[in-house]
Amino acid sequence: MINRRSTLKSMALGAVSALAIAAVGISYAQAENKELKIGFVGVTSGPAAAWGTSNVRSMQTRAAWLNETGGVKIGNDTYNINIVTFDDQKDPKRAIAGMEKMAQEGIHYVVGPNVDDGAAAVRPVAEANGIIYFPYAFPKALYQKPASNAVLGMIANYQSGPAIYKYLKENKGVKKIAFVAANESDPLSQRDSGVEAAKALGLEIVAQNDTYQNDTRDFTPVLTPIVALKPDLLVLSGVAPANAPLLIRAARELGYEGLISTETAQDAKVLQEGAGEYANGFISVGGASTPEIASDEMKEFVARYTKMFGEYNDESNTKVYALEYILDTLKANPAAINDVAEFKKTMDTFSAPNPFLKGDAKLSYVGATSFGQKRQLSVPMVVNEYKDGAFQTLFVGSVD
Amino acid sequence: MEQVIANGLYLGAQYALIALGLTLIFALMNVLNFAHGQMYVLGGFITYTVYGQLGLPFVVALLASGVTLAIIGALMEKFLFRTVIRRSHREESTMLLAAATAFFFDAVILLLFGEKQRGVPKIVKGVFNDVGIIMPYDRIVVGALAIVFIAAFVLYMQYSRVGRAMRALAQDRVAAQLMGVRVDRYSMIGFAMGAMLAGVVGGLLVTITGVNSGIGGPISIKAFLMVMIGGAGVVGGAIAGGFILGMMESVGLTVLREYGDVTYLVIFAALMVFLSIRPNGLMGKPWG
Repeated sequence: MINRRSTLKSMALGAVSALAIAAVGISYAQAENKELKIGFVGVTSGPAAAWGTSNVRSMQTRAAWLNETGGVKIGNDTYNINIVTFDDQKDPKRAIAGMEKMAQEGIHYVVGPNVDDGAAAVRPVAEANGIIYFPYAFPKALYQKPASNAVLGMIANYQSGPAIYKYLKENKGVKKIAFVAANESDPLSQRDSGVEAAKALGLEIVAQNDTYQNDTRDFTPVLTPIVALKPDLLVLSGVAPANAPLLIRAARELGYEGLISTETAQDAKVLQEGAGEYANGFISVGGASTPEIASDEMKEFVARYTKMFGEYNDESNTKVYALEYILDTLKANPAAINDVAEFKKTMDTFSAPNPFLKGDAKLSYVGATSFGQKRQLSVPMVVNEYKDGAFQTLFVGSVD
Repeated sequence: MEQVIANGLYLGAQYALIALGLTLIFALMNVLNFAHGQMYVLGGFITYTVYGQLGLPFVVALLASGVTLAIIGALMEKFLFRTVIRRSHREESTMLLAAATAFFFDAVILLLFGEKQRGVPKIVKGVFNDVGIIMPYDRIVVGALAIVFIAAFVLYMQYSRVGRAMRALAQDRVAAQLMGVRVDRYSMIGFAMGAMLAGVVGGLLVTITGVNSGIGGPISIKAFLMVMIGGAGVVGGAIAGGFILGMMESVGLTVLREYGDVTYLVIFAALMVFLSIRPNGLMGKPWG
């Protein structure tokens, strides 16, 4: 006899069975997917941990998202993405060990390292083992012939710096400029190219030799003599996200009223906590998450990242791109999955929709002007201004 | 020049406070606590959480940092260092243990608090700007508090029963034991006090310089530098070392700025020459 209770029981059992079948089906489908390992070698501990951590987490967030939605179809096969990570602790020796580990695992595409010396150190290992790697380091020799396996993952300071200084000269009346940098290879080389760019624009350079130890906690003594020179623009060359708020705060507390900028990516929350309202007006280079330009997909990426790791890092606005480029290039030429020569061939003509920007923006490889070959990701050069806890787009540029 | 001197004095006060805990532990137990910087960082993060995130009063946060680190320090002494000192006759064993705890703390702090630089709202707003000196009020408050803490510590060590026992321990461990001083008990209290000082100064300075998980190592190195200048295990030496380092840093960064980052090069070179002349630092033997 059919009554209400047995009907409900049958419906519940049916629903549970359907869910079980669906779950088995999904796991079976995922189990059928092949695995594509993508590597990461960079710094995820120590004072510069924020740089590499935002890389890794961007990759892990995107990979989890893609795997959850069935994997990535490349040629006739569908792959689940497995991110293999290695913390090089910002040590070139460890970076080499990391790249060797990637080679042993049969990985052909690696994101990182995050700094100049690490990126230079891994070059022989990458070239000998058929690995294309995507450093966040600026030395041109890595991307110019005869080098061919490194692809710059972001906008270099010698590309963004001149654009920022020109904008500030024309729109904010900047005439006198001062540079301060950490005493490490990346910030110093960024300072030197910044000085060249400022000279080319006819700006008066009032300070260019001032440096600090990267582990400095109190920047007042460092900035006291610079602030006394009253520059219109203070450039924090290659500044680490951990140091930016401390430098800004020290400069403002010493009475500095001019503009402050950098060519590295920063995090709004870190600026807010460390410098508060002193950080208002701070200019930096970002990626794709300002509301004016971010697509719905980018917004979902930010939401997924936040859910996965508890807090978003604005540096990921740039670092979201490397994995996307790797996968889309492999989709464009599936033969490249185990053959980096095929990957390199595809780079010259590759073009795909940019999922993270509104409108019809494209993903493509650039760098012909700076490096003589296409060895750079076309990441939007979004120059941001910090204001009350968030970044606002100042202007958007591009690199060819 | 007034500004340079003011910067040096402020830096000196905060450095001296950082070095005190380290030198106390060394004096009592002959242990070079490589994890001192990590304890400072942990104290900073506790204040960040209690004051910056939970919104409780700053004093409560500072207390939480001090008490938590004191408990951690006591546990470390009781279950780690005491055991190793008892079982090993080689001094390197405690150094290796201290280095291991430093790495352990680094990893735990990174896991618990993440990779980002953290900061808290200023405890006092406004900037003093007169007589050629610019100094934010919060730095003045922190500098004054540092001097008060240092004075309180020195007085406590000089006049309290616990302080006298610890000084006796530092002068001659065996003699102190023969005179009835409970060595284990006062070693634990001393280690806890050293850790507490690290936690308190971490909590205090998070209001000025913020904190991030990677700065423990560099903080330890600076603390060792101050202790080497002043004399290992001597409270007065740690204070003197802190002020000397702060002043050298402030003056060097102004006078030598045109030559690039040579300030610390000069400081290290001077330290090498100094140590070759006075290997025990300014004040020589512990607690004299």
